[in-house]
Amino acid sequence: MARNDLQGSLDLLVLKTLSQMGELHGYGIVLHIQRASEELLRVEEGSLYPALHRMEQSGWIRSEWKVTETHREAKYYRLTAAGHKELLKAEKSFEQLVKGVRAVLRYA
Amino acid sequence: MSTLRRMVNSFHRSKIDQEIDRELRSHLEMRIADNVAAGMSPEEARRDAFLRFGNRTVIKEEVAAADAPLIFDALWREVRYAARQLRRSPTFTTAALITLVLGIGANVIVFGVLNALLLRPLDVPQPTGLYNVVHQTPGYDSQSYPDFVDFQTRNTTFTGIAAYRLQDAGLTTANAAYRCWYYRVSGNYFDMLGVQPAYGRVFHASDERGPNSAPYIVLSHGFWVSHFDSDSRIIGATVRINKHPFTVIGIAPSVFHGTDVFIWPDFWMPMVDSPDAEGTDFLSKRGSHNIWILGKLKPGVSPQQATDNLNAIARELARLYPATDDGLSARLVKPGLMGDMIGDPARSYIAGIMVLALLVLLAACANLASLFAARTADRSRELAIRLAIGSSRWYVLRQLLAEAVLISLLGGVLGTIFSTALLRALTRWQPFPQFPIHVAVSPDVKVYCVALLLSVASGILWGLVPVRQVWATDSAQVMKSGAAGTMIFRRFAFRDLLLGIQITVCTLLVTSSFVALLGMQRSLHAPLGFKPQGVTLAETDMHMGGYTDNSSTQIQKRMLQEAAGISGVTAVGIINETPLGTGGSTTQVYRLGTADFRSSNSVFGAKYFSISPGYLEAAGTHLLTGRDFTWHDAANAPKVAIVNDRFARAMFGKTSALGRRFTLADKVSYEIVGVIEDGKYDSLTETPWAAMFFPLEQSPDTDTSLVVRSQLPPAEIVPQLRQVLTRIDPNLPFTFQSWPDALGLVLFPARVATATLGVMGFLAAMLAVTGVFGIAMYSVSKRIREFGIRVALGAQPVQLMRSALSRPLILLLSGTAAGLLLGVIASELLAQIVYQATPRDPLVLAAVMATMTILGLFAIWIPARRALRVQPAGLLREE
Repeated sequence: MARNDLQGSLDLLVLKTLSQMGELHGYGIVLHIQRASEELLRVEEGSLYPALHRMEQSGWIRSEWKVTETHREAKYYRLTAAGHKELLKAEKSFEQLVKGVRAVLRYA
Repeated sequence: MSTLRRMVNSFHRSKIDQEIDRELRSHLEMRIADNVAAGMSPEEARRDAFLRFGNRTVIKEEVAAADAPLIFDALWREVRYAARQLRRSPTFTTAALITLVLGIGANVIVFGVLNALLLRPLDVPQPTGLYNVVHQTPGYDSQSYPDFVDFQTRNTTFTGIAAYRLQDAGLTTANAAYRCWYYRVSGNYFDMLGVQPAYGRVFHASDERGPNSAPYIVLSHGFWVSHFDSDSRIIGATVRINKHPFTVIGIAPSVFHGTDVFIWPDFWMPMVDSPDAEGTDFLSKRGSHNIWILGKLKPGVSPQQATDNLNAIARELARLYPATDDGLSARLVKPGLMGDMIGDPARSYIAGIMVLALLVLLAACANLASLFAARTADRSRELAIRLAIGSSRWYVLRQLLAEAVLISLLGGVLGTIFSTALLRALTRWQPFPQFPIHVAVSPDVKVYCVALLLSVASGILWGLVPVRQVWATDSAQVMKSGAAGTMIFRRFAFRDLLLGIQITVCTLLVTSSFVALLGMQRSLHAPLGFKPQGVTLAETDMHMGGYTDNSSTQIQKRMLQEAAGISGVTAVGIINETPLGTGGSTTQVYRLGTADFRSSNSVFGAKYFSISPGYLEAAGTHLLTGRDFTWHDAANAPKVAIVNDRFARAMFGKTSALGRRFTLADKVSYEIVGVIEDGKYDSLTETPWAAMFFPLEQSPDTDTSLVVRSQLPPAEIVPQLRQVLTRIDPNLPFTFQSWPDALGLVLFPARVATATLGVMGFLAAMLAVTGVFGIAMYSVSKRIREFGIRVALGAQPVQLMRSALSRPLILLLSGTAAGLLLGVIASELLAQIVYQATPRDPLVLAAVMATMTILGLFAIWIPARRALRVQPAGLLREE
């Protein structure tokens, strides 16, 4: 089975968010995931940051300090080319996971 | 407290740390702002934001862990902090540095030599797959030319096999004459090694067309530069070698110095040529073993396959030529050690010294570990504070380790610089002016890598010692008790064990050096079978004057007459090769009546020499029974021989050997007319040889060593000797030296062994002193207050001394005993190198005990005085 643990799912959510929204800071990513999932997925907000930093070390995303519309300092993340590729892989393996789980549930 | 805060800050604030803080804070602020906008009170908004965020400290740590660059940052921070700590205690740092420089330096030097001698490939373009082919019997490493040709033509596993031998000759140009060392090599030598000439050309296998068909030589680059001023007009010119003309056809590249690690020849000559009349005879003699052979494996062939292949050929040759090749066998060895002649002894010797050097480093580490542990104990309050304010134990440990590794690296660098200088000096050194020997041991990358590895490893080794201390630290307890004293003094500390180990190792090393020194002393006074004191040698090879074996005898007679006429000379004689000189020859001895002269039918192999009448007296060799030779033992007289005691007893047992006969492979029978005392012939440590001596006229030789005994010092004899010898033939180049000086080469291994062991022993003794001193000083300083109170209460000095110093003393004694025991075992190894070395000698045991006790007392003296000088009033006021 592919890398389908919870970590993988969080990575997938972040990558997908960044690919849809372009550039976002950590708080923005949290808000987007909550909004887009219709409040179904609520992650502990802080746990996002280790994932972000790890993905940055892996070269999937890039960060930059910018000023928000409300004139606050925030670190903005955007997807790199490697990140796009990783997103495709993560989407595919997630679909397989869903298919697999669904098949097991339909059985019996 | 401000120092402490700065310290803590320096731990926790770095750029990257700050950036993580900033990012997390910005997240929380945005959440709070949104919450307030959604209508919460500021207080509520804050609470909600923190709740949603989770444990900030944990998350921050996780983020930091995700940031790889931060790890380097942390490391750098630790190094900087460690450097600051070390600067703050210069005494500890200096002591540790000196210890490490000595410990690591010694290892780098020994490894440098080991690397140059045993690990580094030959200086040729493609050194892989090169092996010397020697016999399976250790020490039997030369081959005969016909056997070499058969190995060369019949094998299927080598791309090529070349042969070479080292010889000396006189080289004369139009205006100068030099004594040279050169290689006679097979035609394929340069091509097989892939050596291209720097100028001109080299010779090839196709140049060889029988004896004396290729009178060419190739000069070495060094010889060309030093003797021909780098003049390329020498190419094509003719020089005379032992009076025979040879054409210089090329100059070898400067990096190439032949196929022996330590030999730097002056030129190369095809093996089929010889400047000497009989010099090509061996080309057809299957029984005369005097060349080394070197093969290059075909790609993909393993050394084992090649060995099997050669052994199959050897068995075939033994079947075809039983008289000479019986029992022929082959073995491949690392090339460059004179056909492995110096390989075997050097290997075990260097391995032994390497072990000793590592032991020195181990003792150094034990020393540092106990110093470091004591220092950590002194710092237990600081460590406790750091643990109390939330530093993790792992973090504190890492910090201590960083200090240890940092100082080890520093010590390693200094030690390497110091030993590199020494190795360079060793490389420039020419131990024997009369031989073309250079000990080329300049360090290379491998040496530096080992130095780095040793530094880091030793740093970790002694840096890890305080682990238990840190782990066991109970911060509350330490801070309550004030001074760190109480928890440190257990009945038996780990530190004591370290000191014990250190003393044991040091005693082992001191024992080894005493054993070596004593052995050396004995070997200088061992019965050699001759008395070198008071003898001057004048040596020449009469080939260099154009003589043959047979024509040289008359001249040699004149030399004897003239030399005997010098006033002050008491005895003169001639021998072809002096015992313990460049090594005499060996041949098989058979009982009378033997028909089948294969070597397995022989009684033993014996050394043989040609001597003139009077040699025995001049050399100081005792004649046990029978007579010396006279000039009546001439070429046409009955063949006679003088043998040594061992020969006589091995052949004839207890019955008298006088008048008995034996025979050699030449099928001539020799009558024994005298028996002399046993002697040393090859080396001081050899197993005793049988030896036989033939009269000069019946066994003529151009090699001439004139042995001149006199009460006068050599400096007075040599000029007169030179004068009379020049009168006989002005063209004969002579080497003059006293016999004890000439023995330098033989004594060299023992001298080197003694010097290195002496240095190791000295280092070890120093380490023992510092170790005992450190621990005694520490234990006194920790208990100085207790002593003050005891003095105030009326304790006697003896009581104080007992409690302060009994532990170091017990350690000293038990460590010494253990070390002595180990030394006795280890010195078995030493006995192979140093003649007559035995650690069971009462003198050695006494010397070691005395040394260690003196060192121990010396080390304890200062702490003891300090304990005795305690001023109770002053001390109590201080606290």
